[in-house]
Amino acid sequence: MNVSSSDTPLLKAVGVSKSFGGVLGCRNVDLDLFPGEVLGIVGESGSGKSTLLRCLSGEHEVEGGHVHYALRTGETADVHGMGPAQRRMLMRTDWAFVHQNPRDGLRMGVSAGGNVGERLMAIGDRHYGNIRNTAIDWLEKVEMSASRIDHMPETFSGGMQQRLQIARNLVTRPRLAFMDEPTGGLDVSVQARLLDLLRGLVADLGLACIIVTHDLAVARHLSHRLMVMRAGEVVEAGLTDQILDDPQHPYSQLLVSSILRA
Amino acid sequence: MTDAYNFAYLDEQTKRMIRRAILKAVAIPGYQVPFAAREMPMPYGWGTGGVQVTAAVLGRDDVLKVIDQGSDDTTNAVSIRSFFVKTTGVATTDKTVDATVIQTRHRIPETPLTAGQILVYQVPIPEPLRFLEPRETETRRMHALEDYGLMHVKLYEDISKHGHIATTYAYPVKVNGRYVTDPSPTPKFDNPKMNNSPALQLFGAGREKRIYAIPPFTEVVSLDFEDHPFAVQTWDNDCALCGATDTFLDEIITDDRGSRMYVCSDSDYCQDRQAEGHQGDQSSSGSGAAA
Amino acid sequence: MYVAVKGGEKAIDNAHRLLAEERRGDKEVPELGTDQIKEQLGRAVDRVMTEGSLYDPKLAALAIKQAAGDLIEAIFLIRAFRTTLPRFGYSAPLNVENMRARRRISATFKDVPGGQVLGPTFDYTHRLLDFALEAEADERGDAPFPTQTSAEVIDLPGNMPRVLAQLSREGLIEAATPGTDEDTAEVGDITRAPRTFPADRDIRLQTLTRGDEGFLLALGYSTQRGYGRTHPFAGEIRVGEVTVEFVPEELGFPIEIGEITITECEMINQFSGSATEKPKFTRGYGLGFGHVERKAMSMALVDRSLRADELGEARTAPAQDEEFVLSHSDNVEATGFVEHLKLPHYVDFQSELELVRKMRAAVDAAQDNQTDNIEAAE
Repeated sequence: MNVSSSDTPLLKAVGVSKSFGGVLGCRNVDLDLFPGEVLGIVGESGSGKSTLLRCLSGEHEVEGGHVHYALRTGETADVHGMGPAQRRMLMRTDWAFVHQNPRDGLRMGVSAGGNVGERLMAIGDRHYGNIRNTAIDWLEKVEMSASRIDHMPETFSGGMQQRLQIARNLVTRPRLAFMDEPTGGLDVSVQARLLDLLRGLVADLGLACIIVTHDLAVARHLSHRLMVMRAGEVVEAGLTDQILDDPQHPYSQLLVSSILRA
Repeated sequence: MTDAYNFAYLDEQTKRMIRRAILKAVAIPGYQVPFAAREMPMPYGWGTGGVQVTAAVLGRDDVLKVIDQGSDDTTNAVSIRSFFVKTTGVATTDKTVDATVIQTRHRIPETPLTAGQILVYQVPIPEPLRFLEPRETETRRMHALEDYGLMHVKLYEDISKHGHIATTYAYPVKVNGRYVTDPSPTPKFDNPKMNNSPALQLFGAGREKRIYAIPPFTEVVSLDFEDHPFAVQTWDNDCALCGATDTFLDEIITDDRGSRMYVCSDSDYCQDRQAEGHQGDQSSSGSGAAA
Repeated sequence: MYVAVKGGEKAIDNAHRLLAEERRGDKEVPELGTDQIKEQLGRAVDRVMTEGSLYDPKLAALAIKQAAGDLIEAIFLIRAFRTTLPRFGYSAPLNVENMRARRRISATFKDVPGGQVLGPTFDYTHRLLDFALEAEADERGDAPFPTQTSAEVIDLPGNMPRVLAQLSREGLIEAATPGTDEDTAEVGDITRAPRTFPADRDIRLQTLTRGDEGFLLALGYSTQRGYGRTHPFAGEIRVGEVTVEFVPEELGFPIEIGEITITECEMINQFSGSATEKPKFTRGYGLGFGHVERKAMSMALVDRSLRADELGEARTAPAQDEEFVLSHSDNVEATGFVEHLKLPHYVDFQSELELVRKMRAAVDAAQDNQTDNIEAAE
């Protein structure tokens, strides 16, 4: 792990706030994410962590604050100030977004190979053989058999669909991944395998991640740092071990004790 | 022509509106310009878009040719031609070389077009992305952001399923390096004729209310993969009437025992060749083809 | 040989002659006059005017005659004629409150100012075929038609305030014009500008008014069956005559240019409120030329459903899907495109035929290969 490989954060958020028709989403959130670093955002459902994730990725407009991203060119871009074309370009090259439900992140009417190949074609790859070989390569990376390349996602198990979604996202070797409860809908045994896979990929690719989860076990397994959210605000942030072993805020203590009990 | 209607049926305001749309379409090659299509006296899907474009560009000195499936004598071509004869009184022709405006459905003439000619296509579904994404709001965004990955995903899926690209007509093209465009349901055989054509190509979709254009000498590239390049259809047969080896052939079933013959879909081109003395294997009996 | 491709011009002429003959039917039977259609097939005339977007009962009757009773064909004739008409301008908004109503009902209040007026309606007829209608009127000896006394009462403008206005006074229902930028924006015209999405309510309502009655009926019905429920009540339905006014530019004040018959439906729908708004009723609106109650009610249901986004409701049902509904409601567009499948598609089909043959040959070749391999292995 190369957490502090750079002095400039890859993603920097300052004072991010968002509400929906008077209902608070998140308030005044600051964060720095460095290249290769995995940040977990934990809290119970309704705490604003998914809203925050969508503010950080520019999907939601923000009402206050700003989010800056360090482009490969060395320039810094305002995530909410950039045009839709640049944002879409980032979304299919330098960023990944892994949804909890693989159906939201896959094209269900397109074969596994087509799903993985789409980003490559979107950025101009025009060699069928190369696209196919890269797709096979990535299916293997996510522990799927190359023989499934022409099969439809519908024929895959939930765990396989999720791995396919991950392959589809990582094929362009992005530097930043947003993940929303990536192991959410899966059985415990399938979850464990996916977590191991994710941890390996993140380390191999030097991928920076923001992972939203309500599951502290997932957070402990994957993330270097944690942010605890409650009612739209960050109540505590720090190194993962530190927060899980010695929580300071009463709400963090409650969260940690509830998982320890379980 | 009858006096009950304005020249070319549409009133001058409407024609001006359509001409503005055409000018915009020419300025942004391949981009679909919305226009306020009118109800026409023929049904939607039967060429109302092409008819409105033709009505807007037609002048009294123009010579009009109308084809459907490559032929001047198919019922809908006859119907549209007689509509313009009735409402404009312009001269009409079957000869591609004599025409100044050619309205077509599903074919591009085999005879190469020349500068100054206008080819007007009738278009049923102008949006090349429509069958991948049904929503207009989304397809417009995809065009705006040049987000065409999905189009290639479709071609990728074809190859992975069939071993080759299985789109035979309405084969998508990229115009002037920018907009992915539907060539209307012409067979892909005709796609190469669109590239760098000296003629102005105008596309009218009445029901969908869109006009787009390919100006003369504009690059038109059929989408493909480097290792699965675009290729046109070929036939094992020559034209049975004129012996042509390089034209789009219609299959004609000649009896109920499975006999068939192949003849040029472009009837004018075929007749010209026969007049020049070219012969196919059945041309002796077929010289008086018109019944 | 090659005959099928030739002779298009003659074939078309013959088809038109046969059509005229079929339309006329048995010459022993007297020909139908357009005045008879106008007077005795009024509901057909009204539908053709509404979906044809042209108020002219005489022309609609002619279109119905020419179309041999095919109403979509008649609507098409009217639309094509409408294209050629010059446009002088737009009338002033109709004052429907001053309607001289023949029929006016509310399902939400037992009695309303101006009264419930049943008027001419099929509603409470028993659907028993009346064989007496087969005979000529003088043979039947019909009873004289009633004179509608209540009509005289409500014939006075201002005596029949809108039912929904009462709810509005208490703030129980939203204002008639939703508080969007539509207030200031000019009203659109779908016959003069192409439709774009998302569409504003003015554009949606215009599209629905000329939309196919059957399509809107089915969509409205689907909302009642749970595909996007809107909890509707028929707040008010009125049928009658209204004055059309026009403001000529050179005069600057409205002048009456005529009178038309219209049907209006105002639906009252539930709305549970949101974080920022108190619960209140919402509206769905339907309007058509002539007596077109089914159409106006269906339209009001669909109008309300299409406001899902505006009211912050989840879009889950077909009737809430603006692109789907607006793109497919026009029966002239729909019938044209469906029926264009009758046009020759030789060229496309030839391409597909060639492709299928090629693919079948590839399968055969692969199988032969396999057989060869098996044989070789043996």
